Amino acid sequence: MSGGVDSSVAAALLVERGYDVIGIMLRLWAEPAPAESAGRENANRCCAPEAVADARAIARQLGIPFYDIDAQSVFKEKVVDPWIRAYGEASTPNPCFNCNRSIRFGFLMQRALALGADFLATGHYARIAVTGEGAAARYRLLKGVDARKDQSYVLHVLGQRDLARALFPCGDFTKEQVREMARQFRLPTAERAESQDLCFLTEGDYRGFLLRQAPGIATPGPILNTRGETIGRHEGLPFYTIGQRKGLNIAPHSARAEALYVLRLDPARNAVIVGTADELGTSRVTIRRMHYVSGAPPAGPTRCSAKVRYKAREAACALVPLPDGGAQFVFDEAQRDATPGQGLVAYDGDEVIGGGLIAREA
Amino acid sequence: MAMTNGRRRVYLDYSATTPVAPEVAQAMAPFLSEMYGNAASLHSYGREAAAALDEAHQVLGCAIGARASEIVFTGCGTEADNLALRGAAFAARQRGRGNHIISAPTEHQAVEGTLRQLQDVFDFEVTMLPVDGCGRVDPDDVRRALRPDTILVSLMMANNEVGTIAPVAEIGRICREHGALFHTDAVQCPAWLPINVEAINADLLALSSHKFYGPKGVGVLYIRDGTPYLPALTGGGHERGRRAGTVNVAGAVGTAAAIKYAAGQREAQASRLQRLRDRLIEGILASVPDARVSGHPRDRLPHHASFVFKGVDGETLLMALDVEGIAVSTGSACASGDPEPSPALLAMGIPREWALGGLRISLGYHTTADEIEYVIETLPRCVEQVRRAFADA
Repeated sequence: MSGGVDSSVAAALLVERGYDVIGIMLRLWAEPAPAESAGRENANRCCAPEAVADARAIARQLGIPFYDIDAQSVFKEKVVDPWIRAYGEASTPNPCFNCNRSIRFGFLMQRALALGADFLATGHYARIAVTGEGAAARYRLLKGVDARKDQSYVLHVLGQRDLARALFPCGDFTKEQVREMARQFRLPTAERAESQDLCFLTEGDYRGFLLRQAPGIATPGPILNTRGETIGRHEGLPFYTIGQRKGLNIAPHSARAEALYVLRLDPARNAVIVGTADELGTSRVTIRRMHYVSGAPPAGPTRCSAKVRYKAREAACALVPLPDGGAQFVFDEAQRDATPGQGLVAYDGDEVIGGGLIAREA
Repeated sequence: MAMTNGRRRVYLDYSATTPVAPEVAQAMAPFLSEMYGNAASLHSYGREAAAALDEAHQVLGCAIGARASEIVFTGCGTEADNLALRGAAFAARQRGRGNHIISAPTEHQAVEGTLRQLQDVFDFEVTMLPVDGCGRVDPDDVRRALRPDTILVSLMMANNEVGTIAPVAEIGRICREHGALFHTDAVQCPAWLPINVEAINADLLALSSHKFYGPKGVGVLYIRDGTPYLPALTGGGHERGRRAGTVNVAGAVGTAAAIKYAAGQREAQASRLQRLRDRLIEGILASVPDARVSGHPRDRLPHHASFVFKGVDGETLLMALDVEGIAVSTGSACASGDPEPSPALLAMGIPREWALGGLRISLGYHTTADEIEYVIETLPRCVEQVRRAFADA
């Protein structure tokens, strides 16, 4: 429970349906406050002091036990550190994948089971469909009914064992319905604003955060065009991402009429490669380690749709499983924003097939 | 066994806090309503309060073998420890008596944190003595650590985490012979053990009312007459200038009632609870694999059982027990929920994989045999459940 509307309504729905519910909040790591404000509490947005008080009050209102569990060191180790390292390798990582895999469905699931729980429920907008029973049961991960809120993208890391003991009560509703239920349940969070930023960035600026946490991570270098000519200087690869247009330090005479975009990052040369809009995009995307929700790849090439970022549009493509556990995606139309380190998630209609991290093209 | 919303609830965390005894609440009631005078006021309202406060000093002094004038009411046990250590350390510095303090790693945070600040910020030198596998300091180690510039020894009377009773009489005698002040945190004791400051040669001693059926928010500091002491709370001349601030009269009266109540219960309860406690230990050790008692097997508080379970996260076990309605603790008041093992357990030489699984079950005057059987029945299942979950994921 985060004290927010989704997890609160999820808890309330389960209580209403007769489940024996235990509320848990994880205390996640956030960048320590500067020395002059020593003594200030952890400022991670997921578990700031006000959020703890909100969640505790909701649990009390629902008549369920509530625990806030310190997960700061495991969160730092499994989510924040790899996220920083990925920037150091000229990737643009999404920390939510590791968080769902290692923290929510790892650390937290472990504790839920230790408390005797049969299921771990979260406020995610996604659904689970079951076919078969007992040992023969198969679990499918489906999009939430609210297309705008659907969070199946970040949950693609889950497998059969996770889904067998997961519940997503909000997935059957739209955000508006969830807000309305919060009002009906008289939960105090009904009108709380949503946050889009990464929970562990206290200042909201990932660039400053990276420099404070990993001082050597950004080395200035050349900005090259596709002919290999130096046309500017960049401040360090972690500060650029594919498709980026703003903030490129390019000499005015070479900016010409046509706008330039980041095409790719080249860690070997510590270079940012830029080009025009029509040079941007690729129809082939490689995943080195492809995860399948079902536990196994399709027998051969399969038509599906996929998105290359959380907010990207789903696009038609062919999924070609590779023998080494990777996969190749061949899109009908070039994808502008396929970025190494971001997640590609493949769908068959509403069902999540699986996904993985986009590899750098050799 | 208590039932709440149709669920069984068993409170076995009496070392964390106790309920206010009915006679204590009754004694306090007038001072929370019509007798609201400030004990420092000259008029009749003040006199009523002052008389009650005088009597509370008398009762507390009498209960621990001290004079009324040697008793100071504070805001809590932690404050009593703070005032004692800071008061003695700064007074000694003022008089140029020395800079050296002796303590041990098994002390409560109230002492440990204060000494750490005295060392890190105020340049006192603190020697931490080793403890044995039960958490006890060897009095001979105290003797050896004493130096001409040693001003203060602070060692607790009984440990909150593992229940071990310290040889304070001997330690106090050694300090006295050497001319160093002896402070003891006796917060865990009054409900279970008689306390006599003469018998243990204590110069400073801290108590907390809510640990012996009194109200929260009241501590007691004993300061032997003639002890050099610089008040850390300054202001009005309350408590003979040793702790400024309007005295919590209701709290002081309640504390006096509580110490009388505890003195009346102590002996009979100690032998009753010791039997229940031993039954609990026997039951747990018989049915939980890889379980050990922490602390001394015999020289421990009679109501106190503490365990370590190999490969079990103590905090998770607490939650699993709470889900079953059993309220216990890991033994150290760890407000942060820090997943680090207890420093006290580590100091006792308990390996890390065991020390993470510390559990304290502390019985009280209201504990029944039924409740103990419920724990013996439930706890092994919870330990198994936690172990299975952690092996699984």
